[in-house]
Order: sequence, then structure tokens, then C-alpha cells
Amino acid sequence: MFPFNFEWIWDMGHAVFMGGLWYALTILGIGMTYCIIKAAIDASKENGEHHH
Amino acid sequence: MDSALIPKGVKRCPLWQFLLFTGAVGIVLLWGVYAMLLCWFKGLNQTNMNDYYGFALWIWADLAVIAVGGGAFFTGLLRYIFGKDALKNIINYAVLIGFICYSSALLILAIDIGQPLRGWFIFWHANVHSMLTEVAFCLSAYFGVLTIEYIPLILENRQIDKVPFFHHLGHNMHEIMAVFAATGAFLSFFHQGSLGGVAGVLYGRPFAFREGIFIWPWTFFLYTWSAAACGPCFTILVTKITEKVVRKKLVKDNAIELLAKISGWMLLTYTMAKTYDTWYWFTVTAPSKGFALMDFYSNNPLYGIWMLVVEIGICGLIPAVILITDKGRKNSMTLWIAVILAVIGVCLNRWVMVLQVMAVPVMTFDQWVLYIPSWQEVATTILPLAYGIILIAISYRYLPVFPNEPELNPIEPLNEEETAVESPVELEQELKPAEA
Repeated sequence: MFPFNFEWIWDMGHAVFMGGLWYALTILGIGMTYCIIKAAIDASKENGEHHH
Repeated sequence: MDSALIPKGVKRCPLWQFLLFTGAVGIVLLWGVYAMLLCWFKGLNQTNMNDYYGFALWIWADLAVIAVGGGAFFTGLLRYIFGKDALKNIINYAVLIGFICYSSALLILAIDIGQPLRGWFIFWHANVHSMLTEVAFCLSAYFGVLTIEYIPLILENRQIDKVPFFHHLGHNMHEIMAVFAATGAFLSFFHQGSLGGVAGVLYGRPFAFREGIFIWPWTFFLYTWSAAACGPCFTILVTKITEKVVRKKLVKDNAIELLAKISGWMLLTYTMAKTYDTWYWFTVTAPSKGFALMDFYSNNPLYGIWMLVVEIGICGLIPAVILITDKGRKNSMTLWIAVILAVIGVCLNRWVMVLQVMAVPVMTFDQWVLYIPSWQEVATTILPLAYGIILIAISYRYLPVFPNEPELNPIEPLNEEETAVESPVELEQELKPAEA
């Protein structure tokens, strides 16, 4: 649920529940994005070294 | 035929034997899938649930697998946050067992909701006043964490690891695993707790109702505590069963003993807290609602006071005392007894808090209502077990789940020259434990 959904109410319950969910998903998302991008960079560097 | 996929330095059974084993378990799996499809296509009339039993065998199975799957979050917490390095030899298996438990829990819920196509409603149209919403959020997110923790192990497969991108991805995920483990511990704390909270806030059911602090009844904390205590026992139990099946030692004793010791202390403190909670409930809480202790344990053929004695005494205190003593956890037989009792104890606790709650009459005209599950419910409850065995078999065969295995089980005796060239330490490094 997002604030633009019709059921949304700006109260403590929605802020804590939905905020907690987004917080956890954001950490996982950023963590995995970091790992994937860094892996792509590392792999391309390794390929470059092999070519030289 | 599949030898190129098998980790270096270990020996596996012939492929035909492996296929025969997984095929036999697969038949049980298909039986469960058939029952699951019946429930989805024909509806929940395939079950024996009724107005008394809205929560039935599935919810018990769900809570039980979540409790025993707690070994993953607690072992991860000890390994990555508290730095217990000895547990690096068992953490892969703890993650795998946790992954199986949580995917099973989600599968059971997908069957239980009857309309799995509407499963996303709980996220989009969330009822923020429900503890079960918190459970659904944390359960799904924690399953994501377990998947993230399991992926590096898959990437360690000999052939996958040859691809540079996957090799680096696995390495990078190891580097920040502490962040994922901490997130997992946070999520686990709340969903384990909220499952207990659901029972504790049922003020119309005096058998389950408990007082507490702020919005959390004491059952919230007891559930998290018991999962942290008994989850590692389940990890040890499955490890020991695996060792018996493959007839090999797979994990060094120091890892098992450390986990058993921590588990033992957790179990002892949990049992003390549970005893106090039970005493306060039957001397203060239940009488304030007009009930005496024996109202909950008499006039029915199943739920006697023996359940309380078995749950807290035999399956709580006894395993705790065994595990906290040096002799107890070092003796193979007593260790087996302790972990089996602890696992039975936590499963019994979930049974009592789900099904006995429903069975106890609360109105003067009510009677004890006992419940027998339909075969479809039994089949779909056994389904996760078959799925778990198959996933463990595949993971054990193709992934370096146990970093100690080559060292503990050398393929053939090495002569002096070979020993000098290929030491056990090098072999272990070659196998690359997924959490290194």
C-alpha cells in the first residue's frame, strides 16, 4: 500500500507498518543492487585484464 | 555423468541412486501437490475446518516450521553480528534449512488462504491493526533475506563459479552478508513475536489470552524466545540425520557443541519464563476471566494436564539441562535426545496455542470440539517435508554446503608427498565455504 491508495490514512499504524516494510525492502534492494553492479564492474575489469 | 557439477574433494553416490531416492520422495511430493490442487480448484471444503476451527492443521504446521526454521536467523545473528566463528561450518546448512522452512510456510499459507491469486491483497490493502499483517510482511521479507543468503551457496557450484560475474556476485554478497543477517534478525524478531501475539491478544479465549507490555502480550516474547532456543536444535537434529543418511561426519564437533550450548541456555531461560507465565496465567489471568486451571484440561479425551507437563517439563527442562552440561552435549545419545525433545516441545507449544485454544469451550453451553484433519490437509502438510528432503538432497549433491566435509572425509588416503602438496586447509579453501 502506498500513500496514493484510497485506503491510506496518515496515522501511526500506517506509518509504522508500511514504513517498516519499505525500510526492510529498501535495505535488501540497495544491498542487492550494490552487489550486482559491483559484480558487473569487477567482472568487466577481470575481462579487461585477461585481454591485456 | 554429473561429476562436473559435484564439489571438488567430496564423494557422492552414483547418479542412478540419487535419482531413485529423489524419485521415491517425489511421489510423496506429487501426492501433496495433488491435494494442494484440489484445495485450490475445489476450495476449502476439501478440509475439515469449520466455524470452531478456522485455524487448523495448516496453521499449526505453519507456526511449527517457522519456529524450527528460527535456527537460520539465530545462527546468522550469532555468526555475523556476535562473531561466533565456529558456526561458519554450520551456517550454510542453517540457511538452507531456514529457506526450506520459510518457503514451506509461505506455501502452506498460499493453500490456506484458498484464493492464492488474491495473496497480494495483504500488502496492497493491508489491515494495519492486525498482527497477522505484520507476520505476512516480515515473513515475506525474511524469505527474501533467506533467498539472498542461499544464493551465494548456489553460486559456489563448480560450474556456476567459473562465470566471472557470478563469482564476483557471490563474493560481494558475502562481504555485506552482515547487513542482510541483521535485517533478517530484525524481521524474524517481529514475525516470530507477532505469531505469539496473535494468540495472546485473543481476549475472548481465556486459554490463550495474556497480559503484557504496551501492545505486546507476553506470548509475543515467548514465541521469539522459543524459536531462538529450539530453531538451532532443529538445525542440529537435521544435521545429525543427514550424517546418518550419508554415513559421514559433515560438521566439526566444536560447531555443534557451541550451538547446542547456546541453545541450551536459551531453552533454560525460556522454560523458566514460560513456567512463570503459566503460573501467573492460572493464578491471576484465568481466574479474572472466571476460569480455573482444570477447566482447560478436563472433560475431554485428548487435552489433559499431561500436555502441560510434557511441554514444559519433559520437552523444556530436560533438554535444557542436557544441553547446558558439558557431558550432556558431548555424548551423542544424550545430544540426540535433547534436540529431539526440544523440537517436539516447540511443536507441541504451537499445537497447544493454535488448536487447544480453539477446542476449549468458552461459553456455558459450549462443548469441547475435537478436530480430525482431512487427508488433503495431511497430504499438503507432508508436502513441505518431501520438498525439503529433495532440496536438501540436491543442495548436498551439487553445492559445498559443508565446508568441513573434505577434511573430515578424505576421498582416499594421501601419501606423504601428496599431503605436502594438498593440505586439508587448501582443500577447505578450494571448497570455499559460502560464508567465508
